[in-house]
Amino acid sequence: MKTQNKTIEKVTSQDYQYGFVTDIEQDTIPPGLNEDVIRLISNKKDEPDWLINWRLKAYKNWLKMNEPDWAKVDYPEIDYQSISYYSAPKDKSDGPKSLDEVDPELVKTYEKLGIPLEEQKMLAGVAVDAIFDSVSVATTFKEDLKKAGVIFCPFSEAVQDHPDLVKKYLGSVVPYTDNYFAALNSAVFSDGSFIYIPKGVRCPMELSTYFRINAMNTGQFERTLIVADEGSHVSYLEGCTAPMRDENQLHAAVVELVAHKDAEIKYSTVQNWYPGNPETGKGGVYNFVTKRGICAGSNSKISWTQVETGSAITWKYPSCILKGDGSVGEFYSVAVANNFQQADTGTKMIHSGKNTRSTIISKGISAGKGQNTYRGQVKIMKNAENARNYSQCDSILIGDQCSAHTFPYIDVRNPSAQMEHEASTSTIGEDQLFYCNQRGISTEDAVSLIVNGFCKEVFRELPMEFAVEAQKLMEVTLEGSVG
Amino acid sequence: MLEIKDLHVKVKDKDILKGINLTVHPGELHAIMGRNGSGKSTLANAIAGQDSYEITSGDILFNGTSIVAESPEERALAGIFMSFQYPVIIPGVNNTYFLKAALNAKRKHQGKTELDAVEFLKLIREKLAVVEMDEKYLHRAVNDGFSGGEKKQNEILQMLTLEPALAILDETDSGLDIDALKIVAAGINNYRRDDRAIVIITHYQRILKYLEADYVHVLINGKIAKTGGENLAEQLEDKGYSWLDN
Repeated sequence: MKTQNKTIEKVTSQDYQYGFVTDIEQDTIPPGLNEDVIRLISNKKDEPDWLINWRLKAYKNWLKMNEPDWAKVDYPEIDYQSISYYSAPKDKSDGPKSLDEVDPELVKTYEKLGIPLEEQKMLAGVAVDAIFDSVSVATTFKEDLKKAGVIFCPFSEAVQDHPDLVKKYLGSVVPYTDNYFAALNSAVFSDGSFIYIPKGVRCPMELSTYFRINAMNTGQFERTLIVADEGSHVSYLEGCTAPMRDENQLHAAVVELVAHKDAEIKYSTVQNWYPGNPETGKGGVYNFVTKRGICAGSNSKISWTQVETGSAITWKYPSCILKGDGSVGEFYSVAVANNFQQADTGTKMIHSGKNTRSTIISKGISAGKGQNTYRGQVKIMKNAENARNYSQCDSILIGDQCSAHTFPYIDVRNPSAQMEHEASTSTIGEDQLFYCNQRGISTEDAVSLIVNGFCKEVFRELPMEFAVEAQKLMEVTLEGSVG
Repeated sequence: MLEIKDLHVKVKDKDILKGINLTVHPGELHAIMGRNGSGKSTLANAIAGQDSYEITSGDILFNGTSIVAESPEERALAGIFMSFQYPVIIPGVNNTYFLKAALNAKRKHQGKTELDAVEFLKLIREKLAVVEMDEKYLHRAVNDGFSGGEKKQNEILQMLTLEPALAILDETDSGLDIDALKIVAAGINNYRRDDRAIVIITHYQRILKYLEADYVHVLINGKIAKTGGENLAEQLEDKGYSWLDN
């Protein structure tokens, strides 16, 4: 018994393996937030007037809002004036055209993470739009995409090259009035990805972005917008790790998805930001993200898959508005809260179209002193005839100091709705570990075996190469959970 | 192969085993019988290295080396297998995947190359046939939704796959109907070899009809009260245990 606990302790207390700092010159503005800072950010990007005005409106709105306090997370008050709102790696003239032109330090960073861009390019055929701090520094496979008519570029570039599209869709799913963090993001967002898939086009490759936070005291405010026009299809992957830092890093991203008639968007995330010091919980990333998609046209589909293993605080509810008749929303999630991590995550499925369907599969893993909350809402509007939802929320507890909470909100306003909700909580028992040990499987491998089994319904939704990465991440994370 | 010397074991501050001596040579099959609570399962778990069984004195030697300080997986990798009285359910973990992980952990320990999926499947199909299990069990989670008999067959399947030097079978015959009992016994006989030893813990003489036991030991109140041949088991069947009490 004692030995077992020690093993659990040992295994749960392993350090974050991806913590390191890359030495790249930064172009950072001083901490603080006011209208001048917003103008400065906007000017650096040479933005049109409408966008500056939009940012300023968002800022004024943000000033009137309060930070939400309903989530089951605890953190010291954030001083928004002590954060620097812009940071860009110093670029060489017009930016790199191939990997050779990318800062070798950056390439090295990716290699340390086991995700070298070059290999990824060759093996997986993935077009990588690498975001390092706030500005995109590497863009590949542009030509192939161009041939297909797909626009995949940094957000700032889209503002210059495709202003009509950006203007039409920016804030159309997540308006700047939506919530505190979305308003902040709208005011100060630095960069992100923009994707447009034209009518009837199936995007010829998986699109992927690796995010990374790497500057002291620099909030990271990504803005991503994906528009899938009628009958098109796109799969987008984002993944990230962050270097070890002793100061909290605020991240407030906004992702908007728009799926038109018969279009499909699959959005996958593997998130592994620094979770904080394993013994004190200090220094981890605060991740306040607003992700929402609208199935605007009939028979459209949006599918969110997320594997959340990092961050000190996770506040994230990727949602679907099922407006088009016959549209489908999916949410597959694995969230880990280990050591001092706190995760409050889930989804919202808003059914307003007829014959709309949604599926929610949530797997929460709590270990160490971790606190894991599933918070989900399924709302069936008055006119949403024959809406269907299936929700499954499973939690697994590792050790006896962690917790799991489930808050499912169900709001049905149409009597034809069919709702199913299942929930379970289990533990990794000492009897299971002993059984595995007796078969020659180490405690660490046993935990990884059990947890991967627990997560497989979600992992199999990930594109192949990410599924492998997710399992690897899980092992690394759970070398700090119960082996 | 296995040598137990004056073994005393405590469980939750209660003395259960009070001086067990037992020597098992390669090729032998020993049956350990006794009432509920006599310490049979404690003996099995102490050999396997369950944490909550505290060895207060005495020693367990495996191939001449003391194993009492070794972890359960070290003992397993060294060649000790225990068939559980109550096989544990591991939801979500595919039976094949579990078995493959166990086999490859062992092969790795032995410095052999790990089996790939194709090689493993070929091997496991042979073993499945011995215990008359359908391939569908490979695709289910470990012991999840298995009947009592299926769980025990699964234990024997694991034993046949891992090919340990010493198999401790803790009440593997309990709760089996006659068909399942025959299958399990056939599996044990299939496993049996001159260089392997078996210790089977049982309440009933009936499985011994299908196995050839070299020794039958009767455990009473934490000690081996009597040792004999197969006829001792028959005597117990007739007379019960009370004639051995004193």
